[in-house]
Amino acid sequence: MAIKDYIRQRYFPQMWCPGCGHGIILNSLLRAVDELGLDKNGIVMTSGIGCSARISGYVDFHSLHTLHGRALAFATGVKLSKPELRLIVPMGDGDALAIGGNHFIHAARRNIDITAIVMNNRIYGMTGGQYSPLSGPGKKATTAPYTTIDNQFDVVDLSIAAGASFVARSTAYHVLECIDILKKAIQHKGFSVVEILSQCPTHYGRKNKEGDAAQMLEVQKNTTAKLGSKALENDPTLIPRGIFVDIDAPEYCEEYDKIVQRAMKASQSGKPEEPLVNPLIQQSCVTQ
Amino acid sequence: MARLKLKEHLINRDWCKGCGICVHFCPKKVLEIDSQEKVVAVRPEDCICCKLCELRCPDLAIEVVTEQPDQDDAGKDSITTNEDATKTSEASTTVSKESINTAGR
Amino acid sequence: MTDNINSNSVNDNNGIKPNNINNGIKANNIKFIQGNEACVEGALYAGVDFFAGYPITPSTEIAELLSKKLPEKGGKFIQMEDEIASMCAIIGASLTGHKVMTATSGPGFSLKQEALGYACMAEIPCVIVNVQRGGPSTGNPTHVSQGDINQARWGTHGDHAIIALTASNHQDVFEVTVDAFNLAETYRTPVILLFDEVVGHMREKLIIPEKGELPIVDRLRTSVRKGVDYHPYLPREDGRLPMSDFGAEHRYNVTGLFHDMWGFPSNNPQVVRELLHHLVDKIENNVHTITRYKEHYLEGADYILISYGSSARSAIHMAKNRRERGEKVGVLELQSIWPFPEVMVREKCANAKAVIVVEMNMGQVMREVKACVDNPSKVFLANRIDNKLINPTNIKTLLRIIQGRGV
Repeated sequence: MAIKDYIRQRYFPQMWCPGCGHGIILNSLLRAVDELGLDKNGIVMTSGIGCSARISGYVDFHSLHTLHGRALAFATGVKLSKPELRLIVPMGDGDALAIGGNHFIHAARRNIDITAIVMNNRIYGMTGGQYSPLSGPGKKATTAPYTTIDNQFDVVDLSIAAGASFVARSTAYHVLECIDILKKAIQHKGFSVVEILSQCPTHYGRKNKEGDAAQMLEVQKNTTAKLGSKALENDPTLIPRGIFVDIDAPEYCEEYDKIVQRAMKASQSGKPEEPLVNPLIQQSCVTQ
Repeated sequence: MARLKLKEHLINRDWCKGCGICVHFCPKKVLEIDSQEKVVAVRPEDCICCKLCELRCPDLAIEVVTEQPDQDDAGKDSITTNEDATKTSEASTTVSKESINTAGR
Repeated sequence: MTDNINSNSVNDNNGIKPNNINNGIKANNIKFIQGNEACVEGALYAGVDFFAGYPITPSTEIAELLSKKLPEKGGKFIQMEDEIASMCAIIGASLTGHKVMTATSGPGFSLKQEALGYACMAEIPCVIVNVQRGGPSTGNPTHVSQGDINQARWGTHGDHAIIALTASNHQDVFEVTVDAFNLAETYRTPVILLFDEVVGHMREKLIIPEKGELPIVDRLRTSVRKGVDYHPYLPREDGRLPMSDFGAEHRYNVTGLFHDMWGFPSNNPQVVRELLHHLVDKIENNVHTITRYKEHYLEGADYILISYGSSARSAIHMAKNRRERGEKVGVLELQSIWPFPEVMVREKCANAKAVIVVEMNMGQVMREVKACVDNPSKVFLANRIDNKLINPTNIKTLLRIIQGRGV
């Protein structure tokens, strides 16, 4: 199918600013889905709030535009209740790791089969350019007129520590790599995290004198290097790109299916029900 | 090896926001921004059909329409030549012939 | 299974509907259980097949029991990282076509408000149980209160309508739980079950009705065929919106933003106004069908006690006692608190000399009663706010003062 078969064309042109990296990520994602030949009815895209979150309105999948930071919690409900669906959850950096940080690490911990995409533009764009947990120190933002002092998360390290079974990083600039990684992430059974460095020329770029969209993409090109590459070896300050973790680990919905089987077997075998609460222990709570 | 042959650059002027990403990264300087801040293909004859403009367009506004090459594996080569980062990766090789063809449809 | 029946229950036969005391009851349909367990039984009867929750006293038994019972019938249980996530997860699961529930108490109920508003806006059927405890804040986890009445109504931001039900005994807990699921499906709305610590933890008899004895409302799904435009947010003539499950052939957008009939965000003033009217009207215009209440000794009553939840048990006991002494005291027990049954309350209280609202808060329902009766000055509050169950003597004391008889 053509890329345009995967979008809701009547809502285009999309609402992002000129040169926004989120559009490129949408572009890459659609190509990944296309190349995998996935059924549109089998995909649910869940997003939170922010510039990034608007992505779900543009795709012709089942789409769930939820609350700030909560996309993964909604997605967990969708996935567990209907495991045959594929869940793709694009999130902004503040969305995923500030307000949604807890949901993020717990979804990773469960290793539930969801593809989480962190569209990292290091800023809160929709509210006008405030610093995010991924801005890092020494950056300017509308809430950091004297520059930031907050350290940033390393999304890759965080995801690995939290238990994600597929962790990768790419950029909006490296489109082919990005498409490839997204394909692998979507196909991966378990919780997959793909951090994609994105650019916000309107807020981050202007505040931090990184130039226009094209120049910001040049920055992505020049400050990153592929895992295992000579360039990274020679200059460890470069941000590594590629697939950091790709392991087989028990997936949450599959594990729960085993619980269902066990529970059904036990109930059919007619074992006596254990009392839920010991009445003696509960006596103190009973009405006087 | 036969390259993809350009038919036309299909540019959706309603969707294009003139951000200039495609112009900046075009290896052959085929594209320019016009007076209405929309992209136009000014030197289509130079186009090598790498399609990076199409892939990097945030607005899904460019389509590089190509004709089917004579040989099935022609497309792979033309894509891998243009993104330095993925040359050595598995990325390019896992992109199936079929998918490259359909991506350009 | 114990033969012990609720000999110390203050409830009279008014508390149990006649259809539940038919002669054909099977022994294993009679249980002696906690209110929280009665709620679980009601939910299972109604067809719940997805529960997400987070442990919090005094509601935890609901999660514990469902973690055992749901997988037995092929349903799903998940303990999420917090109450926010639990509420979000059940909304997600509802969209795939399941009957969903979560349970919590005060602090957790506060956390759920954000996603509760989302469920109102996106019109997602779901049931939220709040087993009330002392508040504000962490308050008094193991003791009773009814302080969340107004939070259930206005806890989430913005204009909206909500349905909240309550019950004072386990048979009713069971039935209003079934009702909650039915109303959620009928009106595509979150429904709140406002129980309290006493009802939740108290043990008494429950007779589980046979299948078919209570009506069950199933999800109304669209009949629009594949390839034909389906408008997820275009109400039918009767105001209902047929749904399509995620994963089925209709792909649409769900959002917490104001949205058009496609579910796509819109800030068109007309779209905004019409949607808000729809969200409020679909419930407020149906107060008469949503209203649930019970009358105890209400005929010709000079003094009407309006109560609900565990405090209604004390009110009923007191009324019974007074009636036996020839005093015309009756109880109007509310089972639906929101939308507030204004017309019904006004009519029932029209001839009363005094109306005493019996509740365990600072007068949250009393204010509603004052607002709807003909003469607000005849409305009094008999309350208790020390996280102890209000007892008949507390009510009697106030009644004697009103009657001019002194304490």
